[in-house]
Amino acid sequence: MNKPLLETRDICKSFGAVRAAHKINLDLRSGEIHALIGPNGAGKSTLIQQIAGGLIPDSGSIHLCGEDVTKQSTVSRARLGLARTFQVSALAMEDSVLQNTLLGAMGKTRQSFKFFGAAVSEPTMRSMAEHALERVGLIDYARSRTSELSHGQRRQLEIAIALTLNPKVFVMDEPMAGLGTEGSQQLTQFLDGLREEAPILLVEHDMDAVFALADRISVLVYGEILITGTVDEVRSNDAVREAYLGSE
Amino acid sequence: MSRESIFDCVLILCLAAVPIWAHFAEEPFIITLATRAAIFAIAGIGLNLVLGQGGLVSLGHATFFGLGGYAMGILASHAQTYMPLSEWPILIEGTKSMPVIWVVALLASGIAALLIGALSLRTSGVYFIMITLAFGQMFYYFAVSWSAYGGDDGLSIYLRNDFPGLNTLDPIQFFLIVFVWLLVVWIFTATLIRSPFGLALNASRQSTERVETVGINPYHLRLTAFVISGMITGLAGALFADLNRFISPSMFSWQTSGEIMVFVILGGVARRSGPILGAVVFIALEHFLGGLSDYWHIYLGALLLLVVLFARGGLIGMLLGRERVHE
Amino acid sequence: MPYLLIAEQLLNGLQFGVMLFLMAAGLTLVFGVMGLINLAHGSLFMVGAFSAAWVSGVSGSFTFGLIAALAASAAAGALMEVVVIRRLYKRDHLDQVLATFALILIFSEGTRWVFGSFPLYLNIPEALSGSVTLPGGIRYSLYRLTLIVVGLLIALGLYFLIAHTRLGVQVRAGESDREMIAALGVDISKLYTIVFALGAALAGLAGALVGAIQSVQVGMGEPVLILAFVVIVIGGIGSIKGAFVGALLVGLTDTLGGLFLPPFFELFMDASAAASAGSSLASMSIYILMAVVLIVKPTGLFGAKG
Repeated sequence: MNKPLLETRDICKSFGAVRAAHKINLDLRSGEIHALIGPNGAGKSTLIQQIAGGLIPDSGSIHLCGEDVTKQSTVSRARLGLARTFQVSALAMEDSVLQNTLLGAMGKTRQSFKFFGAAVSEPTMRSMAEHALERVGLIDYARSRTSELSHGQRRQLEIAIALTLNPKVFVMDEPMAGLGTEGSQQLTQFLDGLREEAPILLVEHDMDAVFALADRISVLVYGEILITGTVDEVRSNDAVREAYLGSE
Repeated sequence: MSRESIFDCVLILCLAAVPIWAHFAEEPFIITLATRAAIFAIAGIGLNLVLGQGGLVSLGHATFFGLGGYAMGILASHAQTYMPLSEWPILIEGTKSMPVIWVVALLASGIAALLIGALSLRTSGVYFIMITLAFGQMFYYFAVSWSAYGGDDGLSIYLRNDFPGLNTLDPIQFFLIVFVWLLVVWIFTATLIRSPFGLALNASRQSTERVETVGINPYHLRLTAFVISGMITGLAGALFADLNRFISPSMFSWQTSGEIMVFVILGGVARRSGPILGAVVFIALEHFLGGLSDYWHIYLGALLLLVVLFARGGLIGMLLGRERVHE
Repeated sequence: MPYLLIAEQLLNGLQFGVMLFLMAAGLTLVFGVMGLINLAHGSLFMVGAFSAAWVSGVSGSFTFGLIAALAASAAAGALMEVVVIRRLYKRDHLDQVLATFALILIFSEGTRWVFGSFPLYLNIPEALSGSVTLPGGIRYSLYRLTLIVVGLLIALGLYFLIAHTRLGVQVRAGESDREMIAALGVDISKLYTIVFALGAALAGLAGALVGAIQSVQVGMGEPVLILAFVVIVIGGIGSIKGAFVGALLVGLTDTLGGLFLPPFFELFMDASAAASAGSSLASMSIYILMAVVLIVKPTGLFGAKG
């Protein structure tokens, strides 16, 4: 197999007595969707935070495109090619959908220190942003205020911003939440095609989507990876059944 | 043209029309009031950039206002006594030239804003408020004990400084200078707000994470905005000193910081003309209420309290409603 | 430098520090429990000083003055909380700053309207006037010594209150988890009013005690307020222990800076220039201290939240 674009090596993180991550080894290779599943409180969000740069692991290391980024900031990881979407939308709610998407284009083209000329009429950035909005199906909402979008649409906007970055790696935190059946089917189809552009680390509760999309699945329970394997391997694993589906 | 643009034009035209009327009606005091309002508006526009767009509650903008004022006071006092500021290693003489004074005021306040901002922006929230306030006090006490330039008593400059081709002692001509500066600063910030930088700064206020995630460093955005903001407020300080032909440590005081903030909030925070309306209303209140009662600050306080508690978005918010998105 | 002078200045710094602590304790409690930044805390200091000066002037008793100061500032604090402050808890810091700035304008001008612009004077009580000789031959003002003792006792009392009483448990719970104390069935709005009034009473007490060694006038609260801000920024916002350590550091820096810096500057400039530069730097030294602390620890010495 090819070299991983994103890799965590033995990362550990504790908050007081709570062990949120213990010796986690995870990798993401080009062309694949790697799903990360686990019950609530398993440490998925903490792990995503550490990968994206919001938290620093107590020990272990994180590698992005072959570079050790363990001590690097969120900003420099983004510049290296990591694009993430948030579980709880992190958007400029007062601004328009287009303006939010332009942020991505600005980050990509490094034009955030341009002082003159309206951001919305900058041709290159605008076409980047509109192209991304078209792809996720939000182009008709370009001039709407972001706070007026539904929760599902906000997720789509997050993905549109990530697309403008033309990243090497996507990290998506529950993009299906709030989309409804039809919406998540559409998004599933979209992500299916997206993996050719850049691999996706997908945290998701929607098991239909996970089983339909994932090339590999890692199961996280109490801060530890229980198993990493194909859909069939994970489905037939007794330990997973016990830990994850135990209540059923 | 949007309603807000029409409102802006009317407001600015009124601010120009009143002193012109006063000039022909021979009411020089009204011209001075309008000049004061325009200067305060410039200071407020400076603060509004960090406060409204950046969401940074600086309670220390008097620092820059005072630095601008002292830049004028120091240069002009040396010029008036024919004593050079320094003879060695290079000879620096005082000056009565406004353009030179402005450049020095912009530089001094810009450098101070860079240093204060670099330190203060390491913190956020309530720490940031208190630290900017404390830096303001630091400069205040320095000015109080700097006896070479009047210390506590302040310093008078006998003649207003010069501008080529104008008689600056004529109230309407000095107003003209200030008004042109107001237009320049207003157009500059209105452009800045719509620029990519303005968009990113505004987004950093709403979601720091969002900005970081697309690879833009919010600290750099904020520091840049803080420096620009400090320079604009510093310019206002230099003009204010020239208007009064007097500087004193009170330019650095925390009340000055509070008042600059009041202009912004009274008018409407983050609205490009908020500080202009706020400053005009403040001067009008000071003039009319101050004439009725020595204790007019009670009414000002009550009005401010009502605006904060019940009219979020300030007077412009009340008049025009919420700002249109995506203009 | 004479050792007696240094000892006296150390005591002055300590006295200044414990008074700052009384101010800072209320501010930091209110911020820790309610998340509110209150600029009008200095007005409560002023209310305490004016009440003490006026009542003791009329009654001739310093004790009555102190009681009046405590009662008036606690009442003013409770009133302020019920009428204005409780509408601000859910607002952002900007609204809090502005609304409490508005309160300063109202309190200051209101006081000027009632008492006029001339300062009032509060006399040191007969029993505490004069000076005492401390071990080591240091002669020191009895009144200032009393302030130190009273301040330290209150610090101890506050520590006991927070660590060992029911109110303290609620306060600590409120700092870490606001929903939790609601779930425990604590009447939050009552708790908030009590905490606010307690902070106000401490500020008023500080105002009354300090009022006897300086003039009582409008605007006396704000310089102390700003120093109290510096104290809690240094100590870490929300931490009583931080406020105590910060207050002593600031108090000592202020007085010792005034003592040591001018002679230091005399080493390389002439005496009058040194006196001028040194005194500038002495008043700036507190802010330099703060800047240094923040470079090392951006959330203060004992602080966790920002």
